[in-house]
Amino acid sequence: MKLVPNIDQIKEKKPNKLLKVLNSKQVVPYIFISPFIVSFIILTLYPVIQGIIMSFQSILPGQVTFVGLSNYSRISNPVFYKGLLNTTIYVLLTTVILTIIPVIFAIFLNSHLIKLRTFFRSSLFIPALTSTIVGGMIFRLMFGEMDNSLANQFINFFGFEAVNWRFTAWAGMFLMVMLASWRWIGVNVMYFLAGLQNIPGELYEAADIDGASSLQKVWYITIPRLKPILIFVSTITIINGFRMFEESFVFWEAGSPGNIGLTVVGYIYQQGIRQNNIGFGAAVGVILMIIIFIVSLIYLIATGAFKRGEE
Amino acid sequence: MRQTSKNVLFKWITTISFTLISLIALFPIISLAISSFRSSSVLMREGINFNIDFSQFNLDNFSYIFTQASEYWTWYGNSLIISAATIVLSLFFSSMVGYALAMYDFKGSNFFFILVLFILMVPFEILMLPLYQLMMNLMIIDTYIAAILPMIVAPIAVFFFRQYALGLPKELMDAARIDGSTEYGIFFKIMLPLMGPSLASMAILQGLGSWNNFLWPLLVLRSNDMFTLPIGLATLLTPYGNNYDILIAGSVLTIVPIIVLFIFFQRYFVSGLTVGGIKG
Repeated sequence: MKLVPNIDQIKEKKPNKLLKVLNSKQVVPYIFISPFIVSFIILTLYPVIQGIIMSFQSILPGQVTFVGLSNYSRISNPVFYKGLLNTTIYVLLTTVILTIIPVIFAIFLNSHLIKLRTFFRSSLFIPALTSTIVGGMIFRLMFGEMDNSLANQFINFFGFEAVNWRFTAWAGMFLMVMLASWRWIGVNVMYFLAGLQNIPGELYEAADIDGASSLQKVWYITIPRLKPILIFVSTITIINGFRMFEESFVFWEAGSPGNIGLTVVGYIYQQGIRQNNIGFGAAVGVILMIIIFIVSLIYLIATGAFKRGEE
Repeated sequence: MRQTSKNVLFKWITTISFTLISLIALFPIISLAISSFRSSSVLMREGINFNIDFSQFNLDNFSYIFTQASEYWTWYGNSLIISAATIVLSLFFSSMVGYALAMYDFKGSNFFFILVLFILMVPFEILMLPLYQLMMNLMIIDTYIAAILPMIVAPIAVFFFRQYALGLPKELMDAARIDGSTEYGIFFKIMLPLMGPSLASMAILQGLGSWNNFLWPLLVLRSNDMFTLPIGLATLLTPYGNNYDILIAGSVLTIVPIIVLFIFFQRYFVSGLTVGGIKG
């Protein structure tokens, strides 16, 4: 915030040399990146610090009091744990689904033996263009409660009983995971296709000469070569999973029965905005930040993502 | 001989499987498009299903939305304004920053690049309550500015532009300097046009992100005539609503322009939405 006024001062003090100074290679890059510096200070640094400060406060209109750790001690409650549990299950399921299925799809779609490859890629990608709200609304219509809604017609056909999708715990989780998977599989397929195109063809030719089977080639050449992208995609999916909110909101808006769809971010929204408990919401935000940081760090160490830098 | 017949079999099995997979992927959108010609109240009661009666098809939802649903078009306008402003501002600022990080050696350039990567790691959901409070204090809640402000210098776009600019010929800059061009002239007249493809990709990433953005606008846009499309449509998703015509036809009209754009600019959509996959 302070850097722009400084530049203005220079302008006022040295009008003669102004153009020369502003055009020197020492000054130009800083002017170019000044929007970034300003926005970093106002829109990232300030909220991070302010968020931590707020988490120790009780904030009412016109009355801010420091309450020590009381916000944090109140976080330990069944509703938060329910949200954290839901979020964790969601993260695990989406990470597995959105990493494994796209890899398999991409390996097949990269094969020159398939016709209509471009069409398949585009079809898988198109769901990413819809908003979660519109996509979720369609899912609500397909997974309606009535016996004659599409999903129930389908499972009735196979002899199962109709499910009350939005009011059953497992089905609620299923809906959220399905919606996210439907929207993101195509995008992740594109990541893996880009990675597959970077694998030199000679590796496969050499494997052919050695008589390797297709599966062996996938396991010993493709997967190890894709490892950086596998780590990248799964890490993004983990972080996005912890950030999940819309997939839950679109199915239950304000609140789900028995909190079957409550997520951590949903809890921040509920407490911080709806209940106007902004200090408490900020404390949950700090906890979420710590959780995301620790989980991604452990994951990146476990998968050996940092080792590449040493090589 | 055996190898080729095996290949033919593989080809057919995978082609058929992927035809099915593609149909499943497209099914929700196609079924919404088909359902939009059905009575919306029946649709909301029964859901999408296989009992389609084509004789009942009509254009009621669409004629209603084009003639009576002025609030829907207000949302549409808001979404267009916010998306357009986000695209223009974020492309302008982010390309400038990314270009400077790539093309100039200056003190702290590495530090600022690491800072960009750091911001990429900070989830927006953690910043939103303090930012929301900031918007309240600045008294700009319920304005376009509040909705746009946090998006205008996008770290992901800065990162992308930097990677792209690294591949541009620096000799052009020296040549232009000899011709007496200023550093700003070099950027705006010579280098920025060369960054065209990356601008297109980022325009799509930022535009689509903004068009579909939900949580932040939900916090800062409060009155009905300030809503964007996702927020407005979400308000209609209640079991007691009487505006289902707007919800169904409105959703179709929200997706269709994006799909049309996608068909024409596929390459930029894919590179825009898979930014992280670009190798540095």
